[in-house]
Amino acid sequence: MVIKLDESRTHIISALVLNKPGVLQRVAGLFTRRGFNIENITVGTSEQENLARMTIIAKGDEKVLEQITKQLNKLIDVIKVRDLDPEITVKRELCLIKVHTATEKVRSEVIQYANIFRGRIIDVSPETLTIEITGPPEKIEALIDLVITFGIKEVARTGPTAISRGIKTI
Amino acid sequence: MKGGEAIIKSLTDQGVDTVFGYPGGVLLPLYDVIYDSNLRHILVRHEQCAAHAADGFARASGRVGVCIGTSGPGATNLITGIATAYMDSSPIVAIAGQVATGLIGNDAFQEVDTIGITMPITKHNFQAMKAEEIPGMIKSAFYIAGTGRAGPVVLDLPKDVQEEEFEYELSKDLELPGYKPTKKGHPLQVKKAAKMILNSKKPVILAGGGIILSDSSKELLRLSEIIEAPVTTTLMGKGSFPEDNPLSLGMLGMHGRKVSNLIVDECDCLIAIGCRFSDRTTGLISEFANNAKIIHIDVDPAEIGKNVDVDIPIVGDAKIILKNLIDVVEKVKNVNKTESEWLKHVLKFKQTCIPRLSFDEIPLKPQQVIKELSEAITDDTIVTTDVGQNQMWMAHYFTSRNPRKFISSGGLGTMGFGFPAAMGAKIAMPDNDVVAVCGDGGFLMVCQDLATIKEYEIPVVICVLDNRRLGMVSQWQKLFYNKRMSHTDLGQSPDFVKLAESFGVSAESVEKPGEMRETVEKAILSGEPYLIDVIIDPEEILPMVPPGCGLTEIVGEYKVERETAGEILYKPIGKEKSGD
Repeated sequence: MVIKLDESRTHIISALVLNKPGVLQRVAGLFTRRGFNIENITVGTSEQENLARMTIIAKGDEKVLEQITKQLNKLIDVIKVRDLDPEITVKRELCLIKVHTATEKVRSEVIQYANIFRGRIIDVSPETLTIEITGPPEKIEALIDLVITFGIKEVARTGPTAISRGIKTI
Repeated sequence: MKGGEAIIKSLTDQGVDTVFGYPGGVLLPLYDVIYDSNLRHILVRHEQCAAHAADGFARASGRVGVCIGTSGPGATNLITGIATAYMDSSPIVAIAGQVATGLIGNDAFQEVDTIGITMPITKHNFQAMKAEEIPGMIKSAFYIAGTGRAGPVVLDLPKDVQEEEFEYELSKDLELPGYKPTKKGHPLQVKKAAKMILNSKKPVILAGGGIILSDSSKELLRLSEIIEAPVTTTLMGKGSFPEDNPLSLGMLGMHGRKVSNLIVDECDCLIAIGCRFSDRTTGLISEFANNAKIIHIDVDPAEIGKNVDVDIPIVGDAKIILKNLIDVVEKVKNVNKTESEWLKHVLKFKQTCIPRLSFDEIPLKPQQVIKELSEAITDDTIVTTDVGQNQMWMAHYFTSRNPRKFISSGGLGTMGFGFPAAMGAKIAMPDNDVVAVCGDGGFLMVCQDLATIKEYEIPVVICVLDNRRLGMVSQWQKLFYNKRMSHTDLGQSPDFVKLAESFGVSAESVEKPGEMRETVEKAILSGEPYLIDVIIDPEEILPMVPPGCGLTEIVGEYKVERETAGEILYKPIGKEKSGD
């Protein structure tokens, strides 16, 4: 018997899929049906015209991950699947945060925080500021934790998308 | 050309001569084309039977079976048959009508999301939004269904697309960049496997349905002879290896033969080919083949390591891999010098637990019924089963010698499969006799298709093993639920002989030993559809491995053919198993 690598960790799976209707449903349905835990999924066009790139964040041990990639590969509309090595992968997320800014003091504090995190203020109203921030999910969490005390009205996150460093492609 | 004409032309181009179907509103344009075509259309009486018949057609012949149902309820009625084909990797193409493209999403009359519903139970599915897509789609559908790990493909065809005029054009190439099934096994893995087999002292082969699908029974026989390995099969693998061969152990698993279950537990090298280690085959996974290194050959990479951890996986077509494996092993090993210790031990033990088949009791014992059935048919007879006790009795007691001659719903376990599958098998293989062994419960689920076999004069012999109950469920109630027989008694209705006769199908009832053989022979000779109502002992129980137990923990009396003094204890050769 082979040794089980049953340590559960978060995996970043990058998949090239045909860019046509129903593909997301096939992938999402597969995850539900096989009982795989999907934390996040982002889809967008890729460098090739008819292909889309999916970035899937899923948790599981090596055995689960192996099944995920194999089952994904079985889908006719899926062209390539790769479990990205977290060590050499760049992961980024976009987040929009609408913060309640009741006073002038709060307003300037929020702007300062946004600047520290290299965020941008993209909308202003008498009582709110909206920050745009990109980065790894941890950085976004950190900013949210800071401004939460002022009162967050709304948060919209894209979920992480990822690409491997260097010349390597999937 | 119109879309509907393109469908028929494309089907014909794929070599399709027969389809099983049921028309409906949105299929009117297609059926209008069928009216003038040379395609043989079998009008079933329920779409589920169309799908099962296409499945039986595929399993009996190896060709892709085709079924047709209308939108909405027509499509949902096909579902059970599609799921059955999916679980058992049977190549069928199911064509479903759909409401016109402009109405899709509006909850139109007889609209259902066929694509969404069939996604998890098909290898792939297609929806044509333009007639020009039809030729390529149908070509792709047949290619996907029949290659790699076979399986069902659904085509969803809206009404207006069937009517649309277009310029017929079929490109040579299929546009399937994401579908490249592996055929050849990795040579290094083959070498490793050969080495492991040659180093093993107690090898066993576990043959699954993949042997039948890849047509590699000859190679399997050859390999087993060279390496002197006994062969056990899964339910789907039944017929892949001649069960009257001394090396055959019969089926493995929950309802498997005692010899199979105990020998697999003892073996030191398990060569599993074209099987998926279903829970019904392995029993409790942690107890399965614990003394063995496992080699797993399968065409579907996702099956490797899914249920059982394997030591040497080889992905590819079983026929090619077996040929390679035989080549490598043959170079090293001389064939059949003397019988190995292992084989002597296996054969000796096998002799002690050959199941008893002869019983002269009334009501009839299923073993006796199967024995007489076997005497009445030939090696060319195709036997289908339903699901439940009838199926497991057949799997356990019936000796199958050839591939594609034992057809059963293994994975999904679909009651009502046996009869329509037999109908499809007979259409595919008109020169072979076809016998369906059903239970009374399962047969009643599909009995309306007696009309189909009568109208088309499809000479299928239906044997209803009639115990007036849901035998398998009641067996579990008896064994595991304190004999609380909740809703498993089917009562005295109907009279199966009269039922058949009302459809114009000849029928008679069998109650005593000796009658079964006579009646089956007569039924086959009649050359007409025939139903035999076999009154069997409702109390008969097949020994089994309780759910959640290891394969050696068989409960129920295992009645053996040869009476020997006292109970023969099973003694594994070699080292005793350690306590952990």
